[in-house]
This record gives sequence, C-alpha cells and structure tokens, in this order.
Amino acid sequence: MRELFHEIGSSLRQNKLRTALTGFAVSWGIFLLITLLGAGNGLMNSFMGNMNQYVSQSITVEGWRTSKPYAGYKENRRIHLDTKDLSYTQGKDWEGRIRGVITATTGTSLTLTLGSRTVDGWMEGKMPQHLEQEKLQMAAGRYINQGDMDGCRKVMVLSLAQAKELNPDEPEAIIGAWVSAGKIAFRVIGIYHTDEQSWRRSCPIPYTTYKAIYDPSDKIESITFTVEGPRTLEEHQAFEKEYGDAIRRRHSIAPDDQRGIWIDNGYTQNLQMSNASRILQIAMWILGLLTLVSGIVGVSNIMLITVKERTHEFGIRKAIGAKPADVLKLIIAESVSITALFGYVGMLLGMVACEILDKTVGQKGVNIGFEEIKMLVNPSVGVDVAIEATVLLVLAGTLAGIIPAWKAARVKPIEALRAE
Amino acid sequence: MALIELNDINKTYNNGQPLHVLKGINLQIERGEFVSIMGASGSGKSTLLNILGILDNYDTGTYHLDGKLIKDLNEKQAADYRNRMIGFIFQNFNLIGFKTAVENVELPLYYQGVPRKKRHELAMEYLDKMGLSPWAHHFPSEMSGGQKQRVAIARALITRPQIILADEPTGALDSKTSVEVMQLLKQLNKEDGITIIVVTHEGGVANETNKIIHIKDGIIGKIEENTRHEAWQGSAMK
Ligand SMILES: Nc1ncnc2c1ncn2[C@@H]1O[C@H](COP(=O)(O)OP(=O)(O)O)[C@@H](O)[C@H]1O
Ligand SMILES: [Mg+2]
Repeated sequence: MRELFHEIGSSLRQNKLRTALTGFAVSWGIFLLITLLGAGNGLMNSFMGNMNQYVSQSITVEGWRTSKPYAGYKENRRIHLDTKDLSYTQGKDWEGRIRGVITATTGTSLTLTLGSRTVDGWMEGKMPQHLEQEKLQMAAGRYINQGDMDGCRKVMVLSLAQAKELNPDEPEAIIGAWVSAGKIAFRVIGIYHTDEQSWRRSCPIPYTTYKAIYDPSDKIESITFTVEGPRTLEEHQAFEKEYGDAIRRRHSIAPDDQRGIWIDNGYTQNLQMSNASRILQIAMWILGLLTLVSGIVGVSNIMLITVKERTHEFGIRKAIGAKPADVLKLIIAESVSITALFGYVGMLLGMVACEILDKTVGQKGVNIGFEEIKMLVNPSVGVDVAIEATVLLVLAGTLAGIIPAWKAARVKPIEALRAE
Repeated sequence: MALIELNDINKTYNNGQPLHVLKGINLQIERGEFVSIMGASGSGKSTLLNILGILDNYDTGTYHLDGKLIKDLNEKQAADYRNRMIGFIFQNFNLIGFKTAVENVELPLYYQGVPRKKRHELAMEYLDKMGLSPWAHHFPSEMSGGQKQRVAIARALITRPQIILADEPTGALDSKTSVEVMQLLKQLNKEDGITIIVVTHEGGVANETNKIIHIKDGIIGKIEENTRHEAWQGSAMK
C-alpha cells in the first residue's frame, strides 16, 4: 500500500498542473454538493420546524358556511356545531376509532385591565388538553386544569406578550393577580411562551366558565380529537371523508359541499409535509449527484489524457515486469487519491460555507404575517452525510479511473514502448 | 536443450499492407553466450529481439526459452517471465523521467514485491557497480547518455536475469561511451556468466561479441564465431 502511495505521489508531483486542474474540478464539485445539501437541510429544518409549531397529530372540525342549497335550505347558511355533535363524536358510532375528544368555544374580544395598564385579549373557553394540542409552552405558572373546569373557576392564562404589557418590570409576578375583563375579574394562573417577534392575543379560560358567563347556548366552536387506525395518507383521507359525511348529514349539508364544515386534518398535513420534504431531499441529492457525475466525467477525461501521455511509461513498466493488474491498480489508485484528497478539501470548504450560511442568512428572520421565521435552521450536513460523501468519493474515483485504467492495462507492451 | 531455441519463426506485420518481416528463423543460443545480431536497418533485428523478450508475439514456429515453450502466454505470465528471466537495454534508455536513478533501478524489484528497504539497498549496490553512486538521486534529465545507459544496465541486472537483451545499446551514445558500455557488457558476460544478445547494425559493436549472427531480409545468414576481437576504438567502426 505504502509503495503504491509513493508511486502515486511521485507521478502526481510530476504533473503538477494536471493534478491541480483535476483537483480543482473535484473540489468544486464536492463543494457544491455539500453546500447544496447543507442549504437544503437548513431549508428543510426551517420548514419542518415552522410547521411543527402549528400542526399537531389531531383533527379539528369547525362549522362554516354552506356554498350550495340542499334539503330545502338556501346556500350561505351558517353552520354551528353543538354539544350534540360533541356527544355523537364521543359516542358508540366512533368507539375505538376516535379518542380524546375536546371542544373549545368561540371567542370574545375584550380589553384586559390591571391597574392603569390595559391590553387587548381574545378570550376563549379551552380545556386542559389544549395545552398539548396547541403545543403551547408555559413560561410560568400552569395551564387550565380539570379542577378549574369542574369548579367553573374564574381563572385565565395570558400570553407572555400580554403579561409584559400589563406588568413590564416583572411579567411573571402577574401570576395570582386579578385582571379585569369587562365587568368580570379573572385570576391569572399562567403565562405561555410567545417568542420575541410573535404576538398572541389568545387568553384561554376554562371551557365551562366561558360557557356559563358568555355563551349559555349549546353551540360550540370546534371539536378536536385524535384518530386510531388509519396509517397511510389514503386511509386518513378516507377517514376524514367518512367522518365529514356523517357531520354533513347531521346538519343537512350537501355531501359534496366542501364549505359547510371545515376539517383541519393534522395527520394528512403531516404526511403531505413529510412527502414534500422527502421530494425536496431527493431533488437536492439528484442535483448534488449530477454535479458529482460531472466531476467524475472530468476526472475520467483527464485520466484518459494522462494515460495516453504516459503510454510509453507503462510500456517500460510492462517490459520490466508490471502485470496488467499492476497498471490497473496504479491508475485507479491515482484516480481515487486525486478524488478523495481534493474531494475532502471541497467537503471541508463546503462545511465552512454552511457555517457561514448559518451565521448570516440563518440568523435573518422573514416575516410571514403573524410572526417571524428563520429561513435556514442549522444548515449543515451531518457526520453521516460526510461519511456517505467519502464513500461516494472513493467510488467516484474508482469509476473515473476504470476506463482509463483498463485502456492502459490492455495495451500490449511493445505498442506501449513504441508510443512517444 | 539450448537456453534459446527458435524453430521456423515467422512474423508478419498487418498494419495496412501485410509485411512479412521474419521468414523462418532458426536459431539456438546457449547459456553464457555473448552474441550479436547484425543486419541492415529494416532487416527485422528488433522484431526478432522483441519476440525473444516476449514483448511481442510471433505467427508460426516455436520459441523455447529455458526449455519452456513461449507461445500464447497471457500478459500476466509474460510479465512474470520478463521480470525474472530477462533484462532489457534499449537504444533510448527507457528510463522513467520523473523517477530518480535509484528509483528507476528499484522498479523491477517493486514488481517482484521486494520490500522497500531491501530494494533500495540492492539498487544502490548495482549503481555503485556502475560507478554511479553519486548520481543515485539525480533524475535522468540531469545525466549524460552514458550515465543513463549505465542506470538502465543496473536496472536490467538487478533481478539477476539469465539473459540480457540489448537493442542498439550504443545507438544514442558517442564513440567513447559506446566503447565503455560494450566493455561493461563483455565483463558482465565473462564474470557473471550472463547470456547477452546485442542487436546492432554497426560492425564495430558486433565485433566485441563472441558470435555474430547476420540477418538479412528476415532470414539468418552466416553465423561467425568471433574470437579474435580486433582492437576497437570506437571511431574504427565508421
Ligand atoms: N509495428 C510495426 N508495424 C508495421 N511494420 C513494422 C512494425 N515494426 C517494424 N515494422 C517494419 O518491419 C521491418 C523490420 O523492422 P525492425 O525489426 O524494426 O528492423 P530493424 O530493427 O532491423 O531495423 C521494417 O520494414 C519496419 O518498417
Ligand atoms: Mg531496430
């Protein structure tokens, strides 16, 4: 092995310009590949991260407005879900398929007051399960619990932004304080996180409290539940249709009216999202591989020229005892060395480029209306990709060397000696 | 059986116009002989020598080397024979330009799998024999023709071959150096008993050998025993 490296070393040193050119081609290819994959990963991390904030593994159904006349009703009829829909969903028809059914009320816009300070709020009746369902992070205190529900307690959860407005010096100290909302005062029990840029107005109070104070009717805003059974996208879509049809029947909505009720299906969204990200990833790899292939073709070409130039030398080697396999080995090892060595350089540079991307573009946010998101999150390639790329490089080098090596090994010694 | 036995060897080149170059060569060369093959340019000397060196193949006839029939060998076997049995000396030296003298001399041992250190020691020893120790780490481009040919001879000798095949070994050298190279070959034959075959078109060179085989138009002509060795001072060959 060491002998071979020595052989390669002297022949690479001998042909400095050629080595440099080949090396540059390879480094550039790998650099592009790594940067591309890194940026792609960053894009995807950001995409997945941003989406995960909003998409949970559950289905939420809300009433909307019909778009077609049906069963004697005119179009544009407002649909309200009610507590009967709730018990239907919890009932035996869906036993074993639907779990964890929760409901929320419609909201009311109110001004919250603490001493001389005020802030806007959107009061909603929520259940303890909404904490997880909406992926809220508590900054301080706690969320609504079953005790609040059972006792119809006048308690309220605020967003961090609201807490800061009401008590700028020490937002957490607001816990335990009584905040007035209209004529009624609520005790603050917790604060949920809002990141620096985002502004959330929602201030949840117990579902039962809301119903008792603001809306004694049997109307509800939404029904949320998890589903058991369906796995694939098709199965989830079929389930959504089956459940939607049942609710549409209950409210005399045309079966093909998509607007009567609105179904937010977290399962299908998640599946479609991972499909989309898979496609993005595949596209990145294809682009990357194409650049790599062009690198291979480049190396192969240069190796072909080299082999032609060195035919006489191979003739000498053969005359003094080099077997075809020795010549084959020499060329392939040379090709692999060039690709691996310069490929590594390209890979390191690519990783540096990813770091730079992270420090620049990665730190910039983009405003998407209600909050700011990062374009790239952690744009880098993992160790696994680096290892894959190394294996790929060696393979590429071998591939690039094969045709030239085969040509060199095949030429008869006397013909090689005649070549100049 | 002789070391080299050729029986009715025929060779035709088929590049475009077929050219029948060797027309039935019969030849025997014994172990330890120092012979020259002499003939005009284009008479087929190099073709014959290449066949002897298993660098090229022949069409019909038989070639036995050390009792073994050399016919239709694959490249691997041929390479092995060349490596172990034969040392080559070429008119244009055929050294590898990007390797130093000692690296060039080492190369045949590399293909035998001899360890690096041993290889290097042996190569230095042979270079020393050729009086080239100080030049061991020079590249061919830094050496004179005579020095290059002596490096090539060291390379041919390092595997301790039974036969040395030299195709116009003095063709690119001045008269003085030519004499020195021929003296060297003569000495190798005498002291180490190596069989040496020299191809030349110069009478003066042929005269240094013990047997002169004349070749003309692809056929062996007369074979002269040459024991007298008229004094040759290089310039006399012209
Ligand atoms: N590879 C080849 N293809 C075709 N003709 C060749 C080839 N090599 C040599 N010849 C021809 O064969 C004849 C003998 O060549 P060669 O053996 O080199 O002669 P010498 O060494 O005696 O000068 C010459 O006419 C030469 O042109
Ligand atoms: Mg010739």
